[in-house]
Amino acid sequence: MTSSEANWDAIVIGGGHNGLVAAATLAKSGRKVLLLEAGKEVGGAARTEEFAPGFRVSSVAHLLNRLHPDVVKTLVLERHGLKIERGDFVPSVALSKDGPLVLHGAYGEALTGASPSEQSAWRDLRAQLLRYAGVLKPFLSRRPPDLAGMSLAEMTGLGQTALALKKLGKEDMRDFLRVLLMNVYDLLDEQLSDDRLKGLLAFDATLGSHLGPRSPTSLLGLYYRLAGEIGGLAGAQIQPKGGMGAVVAAIRSAAEQAGVSIRLASPVAKVVVEKGRAVGVVTQGGEALRAKAVVSAINPATTILDLAGPREVDTGFVRKVKNIRMKGDAAKLHLALDRPPQFAGVDAAGHKGRLVIAPSPDHVEGAFNPSKYGEFSPEPVMEITLPSLVDPSLAPSGACVLSAVVQYAPYALKQGWTAGKPQFLKAIMAQLEAYAPGIGATMRHAELLTPADIEGRYRMPGGHWHHGELQADQMLMSRPVSGWSGYDTPLEGLFLAGAGSHPGGGISGAPGLNAARRIIAIRE
Amino acid sequence: MISPFTNAALYDANMNRHVKIGSARTLAQSHFRTLRLGTPFQPRIDALALTNDWYNWAGYRAPHSLWDEELEYFAIRSQAALFDISPMSKYRIEGPDAEAYLDRVTLRDVTRLKPGRVHYTAWCDDEGFVLDDGTLFRLSPTRFRLCSQERHLPWLLDSAIGYEVSVEEETEAIAGLALQGPTSFAILRDAGFAGIERLRVFDLADFAHDGAAVTISRTGFTGDLGYELFVPADKALSLWDRLMAAGGLRGIRAIGYTALNRARLEAGLIVANADFTTAGHAIRADRLRMPDEIGVGFMVDPNKGHFNGRRPIFEARAKKQLRHVLVGLEIEGNIPAEHATVYCKKSQEVGLVSAAMWSPMAKRNIAIASLQRPYGDRVVDDLWVEIYALRELRYQKLMKRAKVVPRPFIKLDRRTANPPADF
Repeated sequence: MTSSEANWDAIVIGGGHNGLVAAATLAKSGRKVLLLEAGKEVGGAARTEEFAPGFRVSSVAHLLNRLHPDVVKTLVLERHGLKIERGDFVPSVALSKDGPLVLHGAYGEALTGASPSEQSAWRDLRAQLLRYAGVLKPFLSRRPPDLAGMSLAEMTGLGQTALALKKLGKEDMRDFLRVLLMNVYDLLDEQLSDDRLKGLLAFDATLGSHLGPRSPTSLLGLYYRLAGEIGGLAGAQIQPKGGMGAVVAAIRSAAEQAGVSIRLASPVAKVVVEKGRAVGVVTQGGEALRAKAVVSAINPATTILDLAGPREVDTGFVRKVKNIRMKGDAAKLHLALDRPPQFAGVDAAGHKGRLVIAPSPDHVEGAFNPSKYGEFSPEPVMEITLPSLVDPSLAPSGACVLSAVVQYAPYALKQGWTAGKPQFLKAIMAQLEAYAPGIGATMRHAELLTPADIEGRYRMPGGHWHHGELQADQMLMSRPVSGWSGYDTPLEGLFLAGAGSHPGGGISGAPGLNAARRIIAIRE
Repeated sequence: MISPFTNAALYDANMNRHVKIGSARTLAQSHFRTLRLGTPFQPRIDALALTNDWYNWAGYRAPHSLWDEELEYFAIRSQAALFDISPMSKYRIEGPDAEAYLDRVTLRDVTRLKPGRVHYTAWCDDEGFVLDDGTLFRLSPTRFRLCSQERHLPWLLDSAIGYEVSVEEETEAIAGLALQGPTSFAILRDAGFAGIERLRVFDLADFAHDGAAVTISRTGFTGDLGYELFVPADKALSLWDRLMAAGGLRGIRAIGYTALNRARLEAGLIVANADFTTAGHAIRADRLRMPDEIGVGFMVDPNKGHFNGRRPIFEARAKKQLRHVLVGLEIEGNIPAEHATVYCKKSQEVGLVSAAMWSPMAKRNIAIASLQRPYGDRVVDDLWVEIYALRELRYQKLMKRAKVVPRPFIKLDRRTANPPADF
């Protein structure tokens, strides 16, 4: 059977948000697309799930801050129920024993709780961070530069970046290059003095990566965050009504309207390779399906090593794929509470926002240290949301859902997570109790997802939501591996479209969109 | 002269006060005290080494010559020559997936290599550039030995991901000897290796030796009748003695590399990192070579399954992107054109000679050269080599006509005769 007889133009493996975006984009180009999802519902780590009777929560990703505008536009997501309004933006609250500090609007358009001099310093730093992140921003929505064989369009794109750099002006450009690979800790020390603010920024820079604020290149994480935007504003964030599942539902609706066939509970066992070309898949149920293109929106290592198999690709490529670092260092906590907790000194608007326990950069660094040696942080840092305050339907009347991303929780915990999990939960609860006294007594149910749990439940190797550490050596043309960063693989007809590909994870849809655009560009 | 390494305490005190080396550690790190290792045959070779003309072969002390290069060469062609090949990298590859594994790693179709057979092969990196060439011995359906010039353990181990196969370095554990020349068969027979006459070219079999087994294959690097013998290192000396005793009246001689290098050139065989730069060594991007560029394109099998480098190799063929070609040259005159530049029309530089000699067997002035296509490929007329002949401290520059000729430069019927002749 040749590819011209294929039943599908494209089979997308994995119904996470990137898989859905890729499938929808391909279908909109007139292709016949089948999406295979292993689980009982689509959404991957961006689902809304019930974790206790009557309590629902966004499973891993709980804040929307980087859904790419091109994704919103291409899939016309507003027409499928996605609503983003300026009034939905929520603040970030840096919790502290000395009283909280609040970043309002889009990543601290206004800062309250700090001294006038700190506010002024923050205005300058914020503007600078956004300016620099802006230089990197255009990279998000295109293929990373392919230094070997660049097309005219790619060359032009790179030229625009050079121009953007130039437009910064001489001093700013020099400074951009100076700080690019710096650690966030030292940069904050240069410009700020309030430990609460510095702690928050140090936390944001290292969130989701195996880095402490003092680790070289940790500043890149902050740029990645600020290169994202929502509602047209860089650094803004919202708590989606209905949880992240609602965002996925909008993308799913767009995909279905575009004609994507979605099959649930259809895990793929194997990508079928004939003569160096991916020609289809076999499901775990034994069904063989053929397609002109196989688009994998799951983990790149799983795709290559488990589905396609190392025998069909070259040793050097296998070596690179095996070497992708993807051991998660963050846990997810879900609490079912009898009533909304009271974080000391935080107002009602603040409780609807993102509450961050990272009282100082040193504290974040201290929390990171044990994770290097396979131990969890005894005093973990975390970002907390109370989604049921924004959408009461997520909890029974009067009750409250707490959702928190907690660091650091090394995937390969030395003592093992069976023994470590209850201890880690205790350490987390101690932190929560310190900032929201009495919270423990109102707890009806706790669900703590360690990286090991996240790995099992969401098929994310290492429990890493970026599907590969998002650090300098695994970014851009080195993501997922050097030489194969443009969504293609050495297997003709097999494409990678998940967070493991450029630009990386978070609910952006950018890898899925870029991959689909790549496939469309090749075939046209 | 006192070597700084002879006295650790002295070394510590005088040269580096910051490094304190414990005695156990010193012992564990004693490798640096022997900068050139000896092979298991070293006692015998040392005793025969009249010229003390050593070179470094993959970290081993190996002889360029032992007593006389010329006579050693003629031992290959008219008697029997014994050459120590122990420094060759050797890997034991075993398991149910060994065949599939090697089929993916190497260029040739391993499914067609039967147990008890040997083939010459090569392997490439992802970009289709040659990492090395070597010989693959199929010892059983599931057991192989891969021999090569360079070390490849990390590459071979990483290649094993996804295969049920074990890869072990056995370079030190296994000693190797090449016995080459017209009387080599008779010597083995006289040494009591019963059944040796049944070995055809590229056959191998195990024979009893000193309470162990020696694997003998009818292979070699000389283009002559010859055999290669592999034996556990602790049986090396008894094997040497057994051959020497049996070969005394048949002119057996230990030889060094210079003689072998001549024989291999006559046979048209190439040497990694002499006639081409292996991908692992090349620093300059234009020194990398695809199989088609070093004359081993015949190994590339389009009908077999996936193998390392497949995509770029066929892409380069389809897009006609092959830039180099390795050819045999016949050069007028009798001055060896070693490392001479090759010209077209006496003016345009088109390549370099990597090995050259006056061949006593072919009675021709022969060479192996790498040329830039289309020269040597489509354009073969009007080729010249410029030989710098050093004559009493002055170069005499000779522009000699060169003709592309097929390899091997000599073809000896005795190499393939069955049964081998009894000289």
